[in-house]
Amino acid sequence: MSDNTDARDRYWQKTRNLTIVILVLWAFFSLFIPLIVSPLNNLTFLGFPLGYYMIAQGSLIAFVLLIVIQNWRQDAIDREFGFDEE
Amino acid sequence: MALMQGRFIDNIGRVYGLYTGGFLVFIILMAILEQLGVSANTIGVLFVAFTIGIYAVIGWLSRTMEVDAYYVAGRQVPAVYNGMATAADWMSGASFVAMAGGIFFGGYGYMAYIIGWTGGYVLVNSLMAPYLRKFGCYTVPDFIGTRYGGNLTRLFAVVVLVVASFTYVTAQIDATGTIAARVLQIPYSVGVWFGLLSILLCSMLGGMRAVTWTQVAQYIVLIVAYLVPVIWMSNVQGFGIIPHFTYGEAASTMRELEAQFGLNPPAEAIPGLSVLTTPHTSPVGALAEWRFITLALCMMAGTASLPHILMRYFTTPSVRSARKSVGWSLFFIFLLYFTAPALATLTKLQLLDPNLPTAVIGKPFEEVASLAWIQNWSSVGFLAIADQNGDGILQLNEFFMRPDIVVLATPEIAGLPYVISGLVAAGGMAAAMSTADGLLLAIANALSHDLYYKIIDPKADTAVRLIVARVLLVGIGAIGALIASLQLTSILGAVAWAFCFACSGLFFPLALGVWWKRANRQGALAGMFAGFVAGSAYLYYVYNGGTPWLGLDDVRFGIIGMAASLVAMVVVTLMTPEPDEEIQRMVDETRVPVGEPIIVHKH
Repeated sequence: MSDNTDARDRYWQKTRNLTIVILVLWAFFSLFIPLIVSPLNNLTFLGFPLGYYMIAQGSLIAFVLLIVIQNWRQDAIDREFGFDEE
Repeated sequence: MALMQGRFIDNIGRVYGLYTGGFLVFIILMAILEQLGVSANTIGVLFVAFTIGIYAVIGWLSRTMEVDAYYVAGRQVPAVYNGMATAADWMSGASFVAMAGGIFFGGYGYMAYIIGWTGGYVLVNSLMAPYLRKFGCYTVPDFIGTRYGGNLTRLFAVVVLVVASFTYVTAQIDATGTIAARVLQIPYSVGVWFGLLSILLCSMLGGMRAVTWTQVAQYIVLIVAYLVPVIWMSNVQGFGIIPHFTYGEAASTMRELEAQFGLNPPAEAIPGLSVLTTPHTSPVGALAEWRFITLALCMMAGTASLPHILMRYFTTPSVRSARKSVGWSLFFIFLLYFTAPALATLTKLQLLDPNLPTAVIGKPFEEVASLAWIQNWSSVGFLAIADQNGDGILQLNEFFMRPDIVVLATPEIAGLPYVISGLVAAGGMAAAMSTADGLLLAIANALSHDLYYKIIDPKADTAVRLIVARVLLVGIGAIGALIASLQLTSILGAVAWAFCFACSGLFFPLALGVWWKRANRQGALAGMFAGFVAGSAYLYYVYNGGTPWLGLDDVRFGIIGMAASLVAMVVVTLMTPEPDEEIQRMVDETRVPVGEPIIVHKH
């Protein structure tokens, strides 16, 4: 197992970078959007006040997509390093 | 039995397809019975009895004496079904019964729960689930105990798990009791025991395997029950079949109506009931944004630390399917959560909008007082109207209601047939039962596997272990029902506490266990201890009338706990030697999705 330590390190680095990107986006939708709801409410989206829309639906949709994207990218990383299981 | 289980997995789509079809036929049958003049009470009883009967049958068919099946459902649950089971496990009486009501009365501020209880899954997927699945543990303390080593770490994790889950489970037993009491017309104290009995029917014989397959069935019931009334109201109000993208105007109308009727506190408050005083679409008051994100953060970190959720991902066949099933879980949860604000908005409009025939605000007082649903709910003390300014008109601040009943009362408020009320009661029962099952199993498994088998009697044989697990399950359930019958906090309050306890004690030890190789036993012990003690002490301080720091009240004590936990864990880890090579290699293995699990169970 020691000869592929290097591959494992690179695998983990890629996995970690992906996770960081996802968590930054997560923080944007879950922690930053709520800070700017009042100004967003002056805009309208599908007839909704935008701030309300983001909290009631928009951020939720973003969370679902974040997981889908993360799993898609992670699968690609797993395949690249031959860590995709049967 | 293994063969039967295999055949069942192959045909699983057909089995649950038939089940869903059968359930829809049952609803139609009930609607016909209602037309034929069968009484509303009988229909309610039939709904609850029929659904619980089905769960009990599934529980019986899934009985097992195998350790792997009992603890992790044989690790062969397909991702989609594990997603449904997790969604039912997750969505408790609080989500189903109390959340839309919370938004109805608490307005914008309450939606922090929606963000928290969905966003948390991004943390579960990023930080926890795939790695814990690779580890191959049976329980969450199993991970803590093996990763950091030592019985004391295992014991600390068991303590946090038991406190958090137990706080949560009493709220669920309370919810089953409330619904059973109302539908079956029995006293609440009897309802609680009836609820417990139904919960145990699903979990006792088959452990995780039985709970998994009943939870899938319960998800189907609860999601149908949640969506039908909303779709119905939306049609009546002219927002189309799928209101989610079209009720925008309703949210805007709400602002005008709020201005028209005025959001004022009542002249004379009625204890236990609320009037509408908070705006629906925007934050208001000092620190509103801060309060929103701190509550959301506690709920998100709590989601990623609650053992009854994490252990669901131990049941999948592989690391990849664990990740996939987190995605499905969030999708199925999302279906309900993005409906909750729509439900709150549409129900509120039914009451407020003068253009709708069901409106009561601004109508003559006598006319409203003679409505059947007002009388039904008033007679049990869940609702009240009082003409406090004596003008003969029902004002917005003269309409009092218990927030918990909004979802249950919505079909009546909107004038829907009683069959819908029966359906909603069955859905609420399914939501509370499925969560209670998962929680009771998490507690009993931690005590039987980690405390009894790993610490007290490592030589215990399989049969004894499984009997201990079942005795604990019944015992803990009974204690939960006893405490629930004391009715200490409202449904939503107790649930928020459970999240705060879990994230105070477990979030950083779990996350850093995977993500920080340097983290060692001393650090983990300090992190669990400091977080749990600081959080609990702060809760005690605030709950007994202490002035909250920075608006961090009793549902946000997880912020204090997590901060203490992180600081203690990092400082103590850095002051003590790094973990030995074996542990470091274990962490490396955890991070790679292929290969043998870390813990290989010997039976």
